Amino acid sequence: MNRKNKSKASRDDRLTIVLLLVAYAAVMLANSAGLINSHMNGMLVPLCVYATMAVSLNLVVGILGELSLGHAGFMCLGAFASAFFSKLFENTMGVFPRFLIAILIGGLVAGIFGFLIGIPVLRLNGDYLAIVTLAFGEIIKNVINVLYVGRDSAGLHFALDQSKLGMDKEAGELLIAGPQGITGTPNDASFTIGFAVLLISTILVLNLINSREGRAIMSIRDNRIAAGSVGIPITAYKMRAFTMSAVIAGFAGALYAHNLASLIATPARFGYNMSIMFLVFVVLGGIGSTRGAIIAAVVLTLIPELLRFMNDYRMLIYSIVLIAMMIINWNPKSRAWIQSHLHRKKAAETAESDGREDA
Amino acid sequence: MNAKKMMALALTAAMTMSMGAALVSADDAVWKIGMIGPLTGPAANYGTSVDKSAQIAVEEINAAGGINGYQIEYRGEDDELDSEKSVNAYNTLKDWGMQILDGCTTSGCSIAVSEKTKEDKLFQITPSGSADDCTKYDNVFRVCFSDPQQGIESAKYIGEHGLAKTVGVIYDSSDVYSSGIENAFKEESANQDFEIVVEEAFTADSNSDFSSQLQKMVDANVDLVFLPIYYTQAGTILTQAFTMGLDTTFFGCDGFDGMLEMDNFQKELAEGVMLLTPFSASATDEKTVAFVKAFQDAFDMLPNQFGADSYDAIYAIKAAAEKQNLTPDMSIEEICEGLKAGMVEISIDGLTGTNMTWSAEGNPSKEPNVYVIKDGAYSVAE
Repeated sequence: MNRKNKSKASRDDRLTIVLLLVAYAAVMLANSAGLINSHMNGMLVPLCVYATMAVSLNLVVGILGELSLGHAGFMCLGAFASAFFSKLFENTMGVFPRFLIAILIGGLVAGIFGFLIGIPVLRLNGDYLAIVTLAFGEIIKNVINVLYVGRDSAGLHFALDQSKLGMDKEAGELLIAGPQGITGTPNDASFTIGFAVLLISTILVLNLINSREGRAIMSIRDNRIAAGSVGIPITAYKMRAFTMSAVIAGFAGALYAHNLASLIATPARFGYNMSIMFLVFVVLGGIGSTRGAIIAAVVLTLIPELLRFMNDYRMLIYSIVLIAMMIINWNPKSRAWIQSHLHRKKAAETAESDGREDA
Repeated sequence: MNAKKMMALALTAAMTMSMGAALVSADDAVWKIGMIGPLTGPAANYGTSVDKSAQIAVEEINAAGGINGYQIEYRGEDDELDSEKSVNAYNTLKDWGMQILDGCTTSGCSIAVSEKTKEDKLFQITPSGSADDCTKYDNVFRVCFSDPQQGIESAKYIGEHGLAKTVGVIYDSSDVYSSGIENAFKEESANQDFEIVVEEAFTADSNSDFSSQLQKMVDANVDLVFLPIYYTQAGTILTQAFTMGLDTTFFGCDGFDGMLEMDNFQKELAEGVMLLTPFSASATDEKTVAFVKAFQDAFDMLPNQFGADSYDAIYAIKAAAEKQNLTPDMSIEEICEGLKAGMVEISIDGLTGTNMTWSAEGNPSKEPNVYVIKDGAYSVAE
């Protein structure tokens, strides 16, 4: 029974990877055939960013069973740390090594903060992680909005007020300009690199889920007391999953920052709403399903863009689509209806496995 | 056989259609001007104003025969005040065939898009992107004052007219516009005969209660409070200052424009408020009156300074294109080069200033006006 389950799980994961590769190949083919207009072409990197964020948050919400409402904060940290690095070494390093290191730095900085937050909070049981990450995301955004960093011949200058920077105004340059954030980050991101980040993140997460540690993490999710009673160090495993999720969010942030010339920590961009949007990806994709989260991220990012022709009505339609998807996806009756009508053959099998999960 | 026939039919249809398309585009070449701004979300007020004013300018020009005899087609796209969405909007417009961009409305978006217009060598004129970096590239021009310009002009005006000895500042530290003005104002104040004694910040998350900031103004007994912020918050500040009994002069920048038209705002509170702005909807010159009337007739609302900038941007494009004899069948790059050369040669009388000229860096040179609110209306100070 156990072996059968495992092989089924890894087959499922392989399908996720294969689907990702097929999607990549299809886009590249269509692109070389000139079938993709510049609007869709410009969307490719953001799609990778959001899909990566969905993978990252799914690890916390779906696998670890904790709620994080501050993933935009980790993304923000990764974005600013990597963009700062790239600005610092803009003229002294080649594009590829610089971007690679920038992505790693983005992941590292976000990971360190994820680790630090996890130390006190993940020891607790309940909704505390949601509360603390919510505050964390807002704090990060506000700190970055008052942070000024400049560089001149004397080195780097840090201040919380531009006039106290003490920088040589003529010769120096402002790297982080408070609410204006970082401007002029080199546009290093491409669809191929973005896809590589998404693919690597997905493989990392899927491997973790299917490993001994992953099963330990999921046992904590399912029953904390039972997991503790068989000797699983609960806090340590929770830390691992949460830190890894933060690192991946940092990767996504680095990707985001190197796709746009202006990086600003606005409430709409790196605030609470953004974190909720990632949560929507995960919930609509089916909590715990990495593939579902990626698909939901792609679909929900594309819808408002594809509805541009509807002008003022597109946001209305977007919300209607959200509600409709939620009902169709989660309502037991609508699910039963879909199962009986769309795949009659599979219905029996899924009903059986559903029954097993419930038990 | 059947399949072959079908295919032949389809091919013929495709050919006729493409020929038709080619014929149409050769006969009716049009200018395609795009606009990007927040048409939804918290800053929708600015974007819609820019959008609608551009529409009015385009209709006027088309009615008068277009630019160099060619009609203008116009399209505005929403960016939700987000630089990523702004780039998406730009790409959408590019697929539509845009040749000239009147945008973006806000600084951050404008900076992100300017990276793309530079790559595509497409001419961009931002009506209201006021941050310094907006015009970093030589294909980008702007109509409004830059933030530092506004801060410096405000400090000069206060200093030269002896309005105050002690000044308090309340600004939004999370906003590019506000902190940009504040920084320049503070720097310039060193050269002026007044002193900034209190400096209080708020952020986008804490912009509904200003009593603690205002209490510090009361304690310091300042002669003047400088508010480089937008009118929604300014309205709240004025209301709270009144209830706290703070009786002093308030001085704002172009973000104040629109305050009197705000719903549920007691106009008496704004009595004596001074603001430095290039445009006011209640000005009485012929051009403004005509524009405000056209805008009200079409959309049943008052335009603000963002709209006026956008209106001027369209006319600046027209003037520059006519100066260089540009036609819409030229390539995007040729149009861009032509407009770049044309912009520095023209001088236009617009809504936001007379004899406006542009430097090659993309910044306008025009006179700032200081208005005082008297009897519920703007009137020119002095």
